[in-house]
Amino acid sequence: MASIEMRNIVKQYGDGFPAVNDVSLDIADGEFMILVGPSGCGKSTLLRMIVGLEDITSGDMVIGGKRVNDLAPRDRNLSMVFQNYALYPHMTVFENIAFPLRLSKMPDDEVRRRVTEASDVLELKEHLDRKPANLSGGQRQRVAMGRAIVRQAEAFLFDEPLSNLDAKLRGQMRTEISRLQRRLGITTVYVTHDQTEAMTLGDRVCVLRKGKIQQVASPRELYEQPVNLFVAGFIGSPPMNFLPATPRGDRLETPFGDIALDQKRAAAVAGHELLLVGIRPEYFEDASLVDEAKRPVGSIFKARVDVTEWLGDSQFAYIPYEAPESIQQHLRELSRELDSEELRTQAIVSIDATSRIREGREAEFWLDSRKVHVFDPETGENLTRDPEAGAELTRMATQDRVEQLEEVRGASVGAA
Amino acid sequence: MSRREKTWWWVGGALIVVYCLFPIAWIVSLSLKAPSDLNTGGFLPSAVSWENYQLILTGGASDLFLPALRNSFGICLIATAISCLLAMFAAYAIARLDFPGKRLILSTALIVAIFPIISIVTPLFNLWRNIGLYDTWPGLIIPYLSLTLPISIWTMSAFFREIPWEMEQAAQVDGATTWQAFRKVIVPLATPGVFTTAIIAFFIAWNDFLYGISLTSTSAARPVPAAIGLFSGESQFVEPTGAIAAAAVIVTIPVVLLVLLFQRRIVAGLTNGAVKG
Repeated sequence: MASIEMRNIVKQYGDGFPAVNDVSLDIADGEFMILVGPSGCGKSTLLRMIVGLEDITSGDMVIGGKRVNDLAPRDRNLSMVFQNYALYPHMTVFENIAFPLRLSKMPDDEVRRRVTEASDVLELKEHLDRKPANLSGGQRQRVAMGRAIVRQAEAFLFDEPLSNLDAKLRGQMRTEISRLQRRLGITTVYVTHDQTEAMTLGDRVCVLRKGKIQQVASPRELYEQPVNLFVAGFIGSPPMNFLPATPRGDRLETPFGDIALDQKRAAAVAGHELLLVGIRPEYFEDASLVDEAKRPVGSIFKARVDVTEWLGDSQFAYIPYEAPESIQQHLRELSRELDSEELRTQAIVSIDATSRIREGREAEFWLDSRKVHVFDPETGENLTRDPEAGAELTRMATQDRVEQLEEVRGASVGAA
Repeated sequence: MSRREKTWWWVGGALIVVYCLFPIAWIVSLSLKAPSDLNTGGFLPSAVSWENYQLILTGGASDLFLPALRNSFGICLIATAISCLLAMFAAYAIARLDFPGKRLILSTALIVAIFPIISIVTPLFNLWRNIGLYDTWPGLIIPYLSLTLPISIWTMSAFFREIPWEMEQAAQVDGATTWQAFRKVIVPLATPGVFTTAIIAFFIAWNDFLYGISLTSTSAARPVPAAIGLFSGESQFVEPTGAIAAAAVIVTIPVVLLVLLFQRRIVAGLTNGAVKG
């Protein structure tokens, strides 16, 4: 078990294209770190540099206090789960899991004990004599994990391990990985492009864009205090709505009426001509269903609903709006970068499942203006971010993790 | 497929099989004819006679044929083994590593493969005589390598390319050296490729006549195809057709056996289950 420190890591390919550009990241001992970002952002490259499958152009990679830049993968003592599992098809499940132990010339009975232990944890006991070809996707995935946990590695590295599974299995394996990591308390770096995995698994999440770190924070901080448009748009599903806005004193004029800002935020946005206001879908509500007590903290507006989606526990409404050409341009660029294709400017709002708002009609909505963020469309910077509140959220998450880790280690010491 | 269409497929297939197997059937039939029966014009021998086989295995031609058979086996097996081993490393490098001159190696291999043998046989004959390789096993193994290596490298690098890169990377992360990853993961996965290559290489060496006849003079190294060419009849007016046919049948047997033996190993899909698919 070890910490992983990256200092000014750069990866340049032959053509000079920097896949990873000046990344500095500290991953604490026992921490679950998620690397997330749209495809081509360099997250997998970064992971492969940690494990040693990719050369580091410049910068320092320090694992457990030791600089490992020039060490071969086998000398780094890390274990990795590949996206396509990379099981050895000519070996049985037992031999697949035992492979790292065999390479380190461990005596036979010790190998058997360890493999049995790992296969118990992963419920692979009855499959030990089978070949990978005869296993289901989920079982293969577990064998790959077994191969990773069977030896005392310094850290686990996961490269989109669940992307080949169907949705239901993905959910199960996700909780399984989370439980396993908590139980073993081993430093873990996990690459994904899946929102849910990023938000649920990680102690901290590192959002990458074009090889550069945008923000490293706990999932809560990312969600509530995003540092820029990119992070705000990437985290959250359905994504945050971005509406064009013009500041007028302490109010913002938007297509959905005026939004009142408190003094601090009004001061932060002053002096800008055209802005983007970011509103999460759940900050909206059907006006007729809002408590009288809550009404004054938001604003009410009327809009025509294009489409509604009723999902049983929740309901989404799509409201088209007009935006100036320059804003549309920015939004299109942003959505392209986020791997999505936004065809029209529309807001997705979450309304109560019992709401009777219907498609094609005009309806009244309420908008909670306390949590909206205001972005500069040119730089993408979040003008209303509260760094202290964000840091507090991450500090709380770190504390949780440390407590959990102590509990696990205390328990294992007690057992020993 | 309709019934009618199916029938046509069967008829077509049968025609091709007959067309391909007819010469072989003819040779087998010839080998079983007594010398007096050879020119009667019938396809089947009037009486099955083992005379020809006796002649080449125990009779007068046996001191020509049996050493040649031994030479052919020895030389071809050694040439195949060496070419497979070398091709394995070369193909691995070509499939996995990026180095300058990679395309040059591949195209050179191709050029060597299509280069007409007849044009180098004479210089080789002189060279071999001068350095003492004439009429020896190595004197044939070396030119056979030039025939088998290019095709081996091409076939095997195609097989190596099929093996997912991640297999090897996973092995390296699991603590294997490059050599261990190659030996414990890549080679077992490439076995079908190695066998296919070995069979092709063996056939090429086995079938060679030109080098065999030009670079040997005694039964010290003369391979079967050359030996068959030197068969003679009882007098200069008798063609040794029956003996040649019998020898041809005998040299075909190992080839058929080899294919039957290894066809199970030449199955694609050994990599099934390695990756999600």
